[in-house]
Amino acid sequence: MAFDQDAVRRTAHLARLALPQEEVPAVASQLEKIMSLVEELSAIPTEGILPMAHPLDLEQPLRQDQVSNHDERQRLMASAPATEHGLFLVPKVIE
Amino acid sequence: MDLHDFSLRQLREGLQKRDFSAQELTKNLLKRIHTLNPELNAFVTVTEAAALESAARADDRLAKGESGTLLGLPMAHKDIFCTAGVPTTCGSKMLKNFVAPYSATVVERLAAEGMVMLGKLNMDEFAMGSSNETSYFGPVRNPWNTKMVPGGSSGGSAAAVAAGLVPVATGTDTGGSIRQPAALCGITGIKPTYGRVSRYGMIAFASSLDQGGAMARSAEDCALLLNVMVAHDPRDSTSHPAAASDLLRGLDRPLQGLRVGVPEEFFGEGLDPEVAAAVQAGIDQLAKQGASIQSIRLPNNPHAVSTYYVLAPAEASSNLSRFDGVRYTHRSSAGESLDDLYLQSRYEGFGAEVRRRILVGTYVLSAGYYDAYYLKAQQVRSLIREDFRRAFAEVDVIVGPTTPEPAFALGAKNADPVSMYLADIYTIAVNLAGIPALSLPCGFTGSGLPIGMQLMGDYFADDLLLNVAHRYQQETDWHLARPNLKAGEA
Repeated sequence: MAFDQDAVRRTAHLARLALPQEEVPAVASQLEKIMSLVEELSAIPTEGILPMAHPLDLEQPLRQDQVSNHDERQRLMASAPATEHGLFLVPKVIE
Repeated sequence: MDLHDFSLRQLREGLQKRDFSAQELTKNLLKRIHTLNPELNAFVTVTEAAALESAARADDRLAKGESGTLLGLPMAHKDIFCTAGVPTTCGSKMLKNFVAPYSATVVERLAAEGMVMLGKLNMDEFAMGSSNETSYFGPVRNPWNTKMVPGGSSGGSAAAVAAGLVPVATGTDTGGSIRQPAALCGITGIKPTYGRVSRYGMIAFASSLDQGGAMARSAEDCALLLNVMVAHDPRDSTSHPAAASDLLRGLDRPLQGLRVGVPEEFFGEGLDPEVAAAVQAGIDQLAKQGASIQSIRLPNNPHAVSTYYVLAPAEASSNLSRFDGVRYTHRSSAGESLDDLYLQSRYEGFGAEVRRRILVGTYVLSAGYYDAYYLKAQQVRSLIREDFRRAFAEVDVIVGPTTPEPAFALGAKNADPVSMYLADIYTIAVNLAGIPALSLPCGFTGSGLPIGMQLMGDYFADDLLLNVAHRYQQETDWHLARPNLKAGEA
């Protein structure tokens, strides 16, 4: 079945979730249940059916290419966990 | 009757006639919140000082003779709507310390009307849940029986309205998150046509399904609130150019000649017999008021849950990738490298259900699986929409149960996520198609739990749904029943 423990670990890494090893078996069994729920879709004939992108088939509107945002750096950074000199701080990425 | 039982219309009349001031009204409800909220846990933030200030401003405007429809009337927002200067948590540890730098369009519009926001309402984490138990801030309790869940994800909104903490509240509905808690708490709630209410500043779960709406004790109050919420918003690229409309104009139209369709698929296996009986009585009532009833088929409706659990997690996994521990979210202290910081912050910041959905979404979008799951689900979604198109060629409104069963006990469905997902079996197809739907109370179980009836309409038939619900509520009194709540034993 789709969700063995390897698949869980692989997917968790793609999703950037540090799932501890002791949680992997339980998560695998829950995800397997969910995937068996959605498995029934494969039996539905859909040849030639267009996938639905928007309920009302609206197209994406375009707007003028003009600056409309204000400089709100201070307000936007107020919730940041760590900043310095108006920049977001992260662990060192280049040695 | 106490102030907390008043409808918006009654409150407005009271304010206009100066029977009470907006400040007195606000203080009255704040006191009720302080008394009842410790048990119900419906509010996560009470904005007492700001509420009293905006009530004072409303009183000034009322004294000058202003007569806005909602001026000075109290409300609260689901904590998914960004409110400038006020915490917006989305029910998550991830956003525990997030103070939104700007307000959602919905928040701005209701504030501009002079409404008084009393606070922010509890919800399932990132709107993922049907019982309000996934909230980082603890479960909300159902005012009709505090051992029971209020439904979700807008469970705080539904409980607050049912308990008379606020007359109206906002909610959002991605797979039933307005209608299911409305049904379980015995109130009225409407999910409008997709694109009618701006999603700007509404924290995204599944963008092609998410829609804000109104929750209140009556259809008329829903209409009054929603009437201000609907508008085209250039800041939301999926906002419909024809979003705005007068939802009050047709509210009183008689139901003579209304064509009501009853889908066979909604009355099959798994439906609680008490719910079935109450909804059937509701349909009989509509017939008594002049509607003609016919049986219809929605053959693809049984595929709605599986379609949803591909598409919604897929969109969620993409939307929630922005929560990285760097800019405005929970940040782990464990991360030593940048990758560790992402991995640990996201693991710690998201609860188990949100992590599960991110994993499902990541999986169905990952290389090699896209066609089998995502594309397939989007095709089945087309079939589900076609079902509704065919049905609305023959009928004006589709009626059925909102939920397969009344409120269930706290903890009852936590062991098996799929059993929880099936709580939304009748509500999900509506979101996939993007049509409007409303839940209204239509009876009680023998043990005193409310039962909800769902009305579904064609695109932009929001006004018709409110009209049908309003006329029904003119002839019935289910919506007037109130839970028996006393401080200390709530």
